[in-house]
Amino acid sequence: MTGRWQPVIGLEVHVQLATRSKAFSGAPAGFGAPPNSQCDPVVLALPGSLPVFNRGALELALRLGLACGSRIRQVSRFARKHYFYPDLPKGYQISQYDEPLCDGGTIEVELGGSTRSVQLRRIHLEEDAGKNLHQPGGRASHVDLNRAGVPLIEVVSEPDLFSAEEAAEYMRVLRQLCRWLDLSGGDMEKGQLRCDANVSLRAVGSTELGTRAELKNINSFKFVHHAIEHEIARQARILDQGGTVVQETRLWDSVAGVSHSMRSKEEAMDYRYFPDPDLPPLAVGDDVIERVRASLPELPAARRARWRGELGLSDDDARHLASDRAVADRFDAALAAHGGGAAAAKPIANWILGEKDAAQSTVAPAHVAELVRLVETGTISGQTGKDVWAEMAATGEAPTAIVERRGLTQVRDEGALEAACAEAIAAHPTEAASFRAGKPALIGFFVGQVMKRTGGRADPKLVNQILRRLLSTDGASR
Amino acid sequence: MSEPLHYLPATELARRVRARELSALELLRATLDRIGAADPHLGAFLHVDADGAERQAAAVDQALARRDDPGPLAGVPIALKDVIVTGGVPTTAGSRILAGWVPPASYSATVVERLRAAGAVLVGKLNLDEFAMGSSNENSAFHPVRNPWDLERVPGGSSGGAAAAVAAGLCAGALGTDTGGSIRQPAALCGVVGLKPTYGRVPRYGVVAFASSLDQVGPLARTVGDAALLFEAIAGFDPRDSTSIQEPAPRLADALTRGARGLRIGRPRELELPGVDLEVTAAVDAALDVLTHLGATVTDVSLPHAAYWLPAYYLVAPAEASSNLARYDGVRYGMRAGPPEQSLNDMYARTRGAGFGAEVKRRIMLGTFALRSGYYDAYYRKAQQVRALIARDHERAFAEVDLIATPTSPTPAFRLGEKTQDPVTMYLTDVFTMGAPLAGLPAISVPCGFTPEGLPVGLQLTARALDEATLLRAAAAYEQATDHGLRHPPEQNLAGEGRA
Repeated sequence: MTGRWQPVIGLEVHVQLATRSKAFSGAPAGFGAPPNSQCDPVVLALPGSLPVFNRGALELALRLGLACGSRIRQVSRFARKHYFYPDLPKGYQISQYDEPLCDGGTIEVELGGSTRSVQLRRIHLEEDAGKNLHQPGGRASHVDLNRAGVPLIEVVSEPDLFSAEEAAEYMRVLRQLCRWLDLSGGDMEKGQLRCDANVSLRAVGSTELGTRAELKNINSFKFVHHAIEHEIARQARILDQGGTVVQETRLWDSVAGVSHSMRSKEEAMDYRYFPDPDLPPLAVGDDVIERVRASLPELPAARRARWRGELGLSDDDARHLASDRAVADRFDAALAAHGGGAAAAKPIANWILGEKDAAQSTVAPAHVAELVRLVETGTISGQTGKDVWAEMAATGEAPTAIVERRGLTQVRDEGALEAACAEAIAAHPTEAASFRAGKPALIGFFVGQVMKRTGGRADPKLVNQILRRLLSTDGASR
Repeated sequence: MSEPLHYLPATELARRVRARELSALELLRATLDRIGAADPHLGAFLHVDADGAERQAAAVDQALARRDDPGPLAGVPIALKDVIVTGGVPTTAGSRILAGWVPPASYSATVVERLRAAGAVLVGKLNLDEFAMGSSNENSAFHPVRNPWDLERVPGGSSGGAAAAVAAGLCAGALGTDTGGSIRQPAALCGVVGLKPTYGRVPRYGVVAFASSLDQVGPLARTVGDAALLFEAIAGFDPRDSTSIQEPAPRLADALTRGARGLRIGRPRELELPGVDLEVTAAVDAALDVLTHLGATVTDVSLPHAAYWLPAYYLVAPAEASSNLARYDGVRYGMRAGPPEQSLNDMYARTRGAGFGAEVKRRIMLGTFALRSGYYDAYYRKAQQVRALIARDHERAFAEVDLIATPTSPTPAFRLGEKTQDPVTMYLTDVFTMGAPLAGLPAISVPCGFTPEGLPVGLQLTARALDEATLLRAAAAYEQATDHGLRHPPEQNLAGEGRA
């Protein structure tokens, strides 16, 4: 269908910053509060109210800018973007226009085994609007200004994505980064992450951009791929029939799975941008930039590379561990607590990734390390370790304490084990005969019998050795 | 003193109240009586807050009874231009679109909080040109203000109510706002002192915005000492205003007694304009002679870009106004045009169409035009560049002189209706006053005599940024050497049945 055409996609992603108060006032920025309870004279745009920039939002925006390698402007500027709408109390949004906080930068996207740096155009600060709530039946509309003034960053990519898959992957990486850097919950369903897509098609081989349509209202993660795919198909149909794509803004309808034209280029808004005279230029000193840079956690890509290179972890394990900052941090903390280096990495990774919801785990990293050590030294078996883990997760108790309290220490006394093995063999003469007759798989059956007799505490390796010796010597002596 | 109570300076009233020679409540009753008798002739007040004022006066008296310090403005009756937000008291900006709006009790302008903390008694809200846009007070949505010196004439604007009320003794002092001359021009036309502080000196938090990069709150008073007293009370950094300057409030007592000796005063050649009333020129020349006698020197200076003040102003101010006034949309507060609404846009159009007056609409349209996509560079940005040149002109002049002197207004008070048909003629009345706000500088208008018809004339002095002390020093020296301040508007204008 799109064989003749190459899609070119640029994304504009709005990310809500998780500050306690709003971008330009001290009103709280909480989610889910009763309507219009997170307001003050500034949020309500009462006459005479004035904005004061929340430097906390700057810090969060800088984290993403520095993580993406953007150039940080030492002086950026807030501008007013004007339009009338009931959810926009001042009649303008405070945003940044020709002097954004961050220029350029890249986001690494992996697709089909290869990595590509997607170019960013800019990252700028702005404030969110409120919400209009329309009563069913169209009798009345209500305005909730709780969201009005919440700080946002807009991350604008270059038209540097070439498929719906790539765009979706870019969104996943960006969301991961926002969570990793603690700047946002990144939850699309809660509106913490919102995506507009500029989509155009050009003939394969061409370097010029085609006419684009801007797709708005992609408000759920699963629709990113779907909405863009749909738009690519729509434009390909037009072009295949020899038509031309109209430059316009289209609204994605996720229920019907289609988009509708919202306004054409001719109807495009004139936002009458100008520098906000209520706010001085935003100065960001080198000291601030360096302090934020120093506070940045090791980023997911760097961490994956380190784990693969230094610890010999598989690509898959590294990817899973790096999917969430909490999981990654737990892994590194457990590894450090263990002190065993690369050799301990795989078992630690296995325990951590073995959990259902690794990010929400209650097991302390030090306890993970301790458990790995107990298994390594043969103090308990791997099987026993699983029971211990379950209890650790439920109670938060240290594994050593659990092992001691429940008497789970592995039995490694050869004399005691030999007696148990001899008993097991004596109790199952038929199976013993079969083993000797050439069914070596039956060793497992005998190990199981011995484990049963020892309450699961026997060292399975030792049991295996003793059983083999007894089964062969016994047979030879008769 | 033989002066009636309502013409005593604020400094003297505060002294008497603090010394318990006069109770704040007695003073308030006298003030309310004066307002009741004289304001029907003037129309200076839009709202008299007798109950609120009585509570504040009682609190001052109680504090004194407890031997607590009620502050430097103890009991002094002050009124506020109605762009200054007063929690729980109506604030209209002189516009129908805000008629009936009462700000939440917890929301008041920083200057209001500071006046209260200084012990002032806030008696009410003063008439003005709608959203402070005008030079005659005829743009008030409610009623014009009459000049107490001649009731057929305008008081100037936009702080016309403030100037008239102070001149006629309806309050001891007032706060106005100045964007292009709105404190100084009416002060000149009503024969009172008007001070526009350095941009950023006085917090704008809670002051209805006209043009954010120009607006500044300042005092109107009958004496230079009173202006200084009010200025000290309201100046100083406010974390709620991002354009507020991080400087402590100035101490001015010293400046008021230092005299004019050694001050260098410049007269800008470019502002010797045709069309300036000869009587105004004569009064200003005489005032500079007085200052020379007091030991100042007067020389010529150059402000090469003076011809661009007006065009720069009429791009910057309307552009910012068109943005600042976007919030008056009928959604959250103020007026909303009645149903049936055809659509959201219909509601906006009808609300703003009915809520704003002609001059406000004219400026919104000018500003909207100037900010259109593709025109920003040619208009707003260019005007801001010109402002930088205007500021540089002043800097260069201030390398040679300490103060720049001009008339405040090219004419004395003109007749009601005389200029309403021609906006540009009206704009030209601010030809001397726009330079200071465009450059962010402090300027003062001080009474400097009368025309033969008995209309007051004002002398404008402009100083370096943050140097209000030198303005007040020169003004105080001049005031002490002359007796213009002792004259008051004819009492017969303010007696009998009101007609305003």
